[in-house]
Amino acid sequence: MSRVLIRGALVRFPHLSIDRVADVLFEPGRVLGLDPGPAQARGAEIIDGRGRWLIPGLVDLATRLREPGATHKGDIRSEATAALLNGITHVVLPPDTRPVVDSTAVVELILRRAREGRGATVHVIGALTCGLGEDSLAELGALRAAGCIAVGNIGRAIGNSNLLRRALQYAASLDLPVHLQALDPWIGAGGVAHEGRVAALQGLAGIPETTETLALTRDLMLVEETGVRAHFARLSCARSVAILADAKARGLKVTADVAMPNVYLNEHDVLPFRSAAHLMPPLRTVADRDALQAGLSSGVIDALCSDHQPHDADAKLKPFPSAEPGASGVDSFLGLGLKLVGERLLSVESWLERCALAPRRILGLPAPQLEPGAVPDFALLDAAADRTLDASTMVSRGKNTPFYGWRLPGRVDLATVADRLWVRES
Amino acid sequence: MTLQLAPDGRLKHLLTIDGLPRKLIEDLLDASDSLRSVALRGNKKLPLLRGRTIINLFFEASTRTRTTFELAAERLSADVVNLDVASSSTSKGESLLDTLATLEAMHCDMFVVRHPDSGAAHFIAEHVAPGVAVLNAGDGRHAHPTQALLDAYTIRRHKQRFEDLTIAVVGDVLHSRVARSELRAFGILGAGELRVIGPRTLLPPSIEELGVRVYTDMDAGVANADVIIMLRLQRERMRGVFLPSESEYFRRYGLTPERLALARPDCIVMHPGPMNRGIEIASEVADGPQSVILEQVSNGLAVRMAVMSHILGAQVPQMEASA
Repeated sequence: MSRVLIRGALVRFPHLSIDRVADVLFEPGRVLGLDPGPAQARGAEIIDGRGRWLIPGLVDLATRLREPGATHKGDIRSEATAALLNGITHVVLPPDTRPVVDSTAVVELILRRAREGRGATVHVIGALTCGLGEDSLAELGALRAAGCIAVGNIGRAIGNSNLLRRALQYAASLDLPVHLQALDPWIGAGGVAHEGRVAALQGLAGIPETTETLALTRDLMLVEETGVRAHFARLSCARSVAILADAKARGLKVTADVAMPNVYLNEHDVLPFRSAAHLMPPLRTVADRDALQAGLSSGVIDALCSDHQPHDADAKLKPFPSAEPGASGVDSFLGLGLKLVGERLLSVESWLERCALAPRRILGLPAPQLEPGAVPDFALLDAAADRTLDASTMVSRGKNTPFYGWRLPGRVDLATVADRLWVRES
Repeated sequence: MTLQLAPDGRLKHLLTIDGLPRKLIEDLLDASDSLRSVALRGNKKLPLLRGRTIINLFFEASTRTRTTFELAAERLSADVVNLDVASSSTSKGESLLDTLATLEAMHCDMFVVRHPDSGAAHFIAEHVAPGVAVLNAGDGRHAHPTQALLDAYTIRRHKQRFEDLTIAVVGDVLHSRVARSELRAFGILGAGELRVIGPRTLLPPSIEELGVRVYTDMDAGVANADVIIMLRLQRERMRGVFLPSESEYFRRYGLTPERLALARPDCIVMHPGPMNRGIEIASEVADGPQSVILEQVSNGLAVRMAVMSHILGAQVPQMEASA
């Protein structure tokens, strides 16, 4: 496929103040222009865009690709492809692979595999500490040189405040952004559900909100002191939103995201012992969920992510506490986002801001452009179409989702990023 | 939870007390009354479950509970197989579902399951072949429904009605499947006042929302109680982040004759066993006239017979309730 003309799509690029029907001409790797003349478009393959939206490609700030370390659950090829087919053009791999991303060899392996694939562009977060452990700094400079877009502790608590403080100072001196997941290593350790009414009734080991709020408060103090560029990942409770709002009001330049399941679900969704709803961070109270939604609307929370954690079937076919936490997310990311729009929690513009534009700013990636010569980075979707989320419609190898069986809006018909292009066969 | 209730209102499984109708619990207690004399006379068997096979599937070591289930099944003439899975195939890496499939191939009628994970009985009930019943003999911190029924049965034998009773559950409620099931059962049966007593480290934070009154002071908590249920303190909780020491626990929460004197004069003392004498309960109380602890054990046999008969669809004959 050389040149492609998407004809008559509603182009929705709020950052360019474009929200109108237009034709888009491009070829893999290069945008050729908006509303091209007949001569320019001659010979191009035509895709009917009428009734569809052309949007900036979505960006997922947390996509476990399961490679290296757990390729029976998924791999870079399968999961980056699943992302692209769902309109996600950039994915960010957290450092908690096996082995963890604390050496240049691991970064190089991941980026090489990603280049061999035909899926979304893969970005890697390096580990802040060796082995994501409590002892020593990882080679942050080398990790950046190898291609890490940021460093962080995603998925693991750092209890050693002195080590964390030094790591943030060091990252600040490299001007390297840090993605922090606020987790206390002791409070709630071994917990499997929000410490609240449901866990009390069901006898599930609890994870109190102080697991997150204590670490968030400490981390914000250290961020303020060190001046590092920091992003807070996967906030899960109302108190965290308030703490973050307070920090932002003080002028601290920090950003934050929330995982899609925490925006929709609450502690009651684990009933009756649904291992698909065993998530980390856990689903908390209805009030927490409402505060996360309000934070998304107001902008205190900058971004939404899928927190994609694909599992093999056996990982979830266990009693709730023994089942592995996490949900497969890339297949529902777009649909659940559109559903927030349908439920008027977000406008189309703010949905694109939370799922496509803010994540790029957080990562330091340029916003997609449409002028000739720009790198293509967009998706074509039929927002009116809907489908049932199940094993037959999911592309990811992981079919573990608490949204299984949900009817979700939106069908992606085309997605492209750089020289990679996917078009749904009609 | 509908997983355990058939459309006709009978139990397909017994996984939790949660959601059981009061009438069903009372019927089970009535059936226990009928079976009590058989339960207590070892030489007399009822043919109610002849030809049926019951597998005791214990993923956690427990001699006492397993023995009462085994005896209950034998008194009903069922064939019983004991599988101590804690020391067999799952420790060799076989998955829980593989273990189940293997056992189902032996055509059993009921699994009596104990497992360290909350929700394990529920999980097994979701995955067993149709027609195979699951009886929860304790899953993690979640539920121990037959213990709750036998405690309710013991209370009913001594106190008749629940409506006027003040029942206090003392100790490690946080980690206790017994407490969770008991509080549910007594609530359904209409108990007048439910109290839990213990230090905050051993009480779930949202426990008040379950309709119980919380006491961190033992003397205040046992005052005027009709029933005091002491929970076993697991050895691993005795030192460390939950409690400073065994002796401090006994000083603050141990049931002594002096404390028992604060309760109603006819207050009964219960314990699901095995007891830690001198840690949660003084020997004078455990062996004293108000203790019904040994009676709980023999009632457990009758209640488990009643539950097994009910689930497997055997009609318990009306018998003169023994004194």
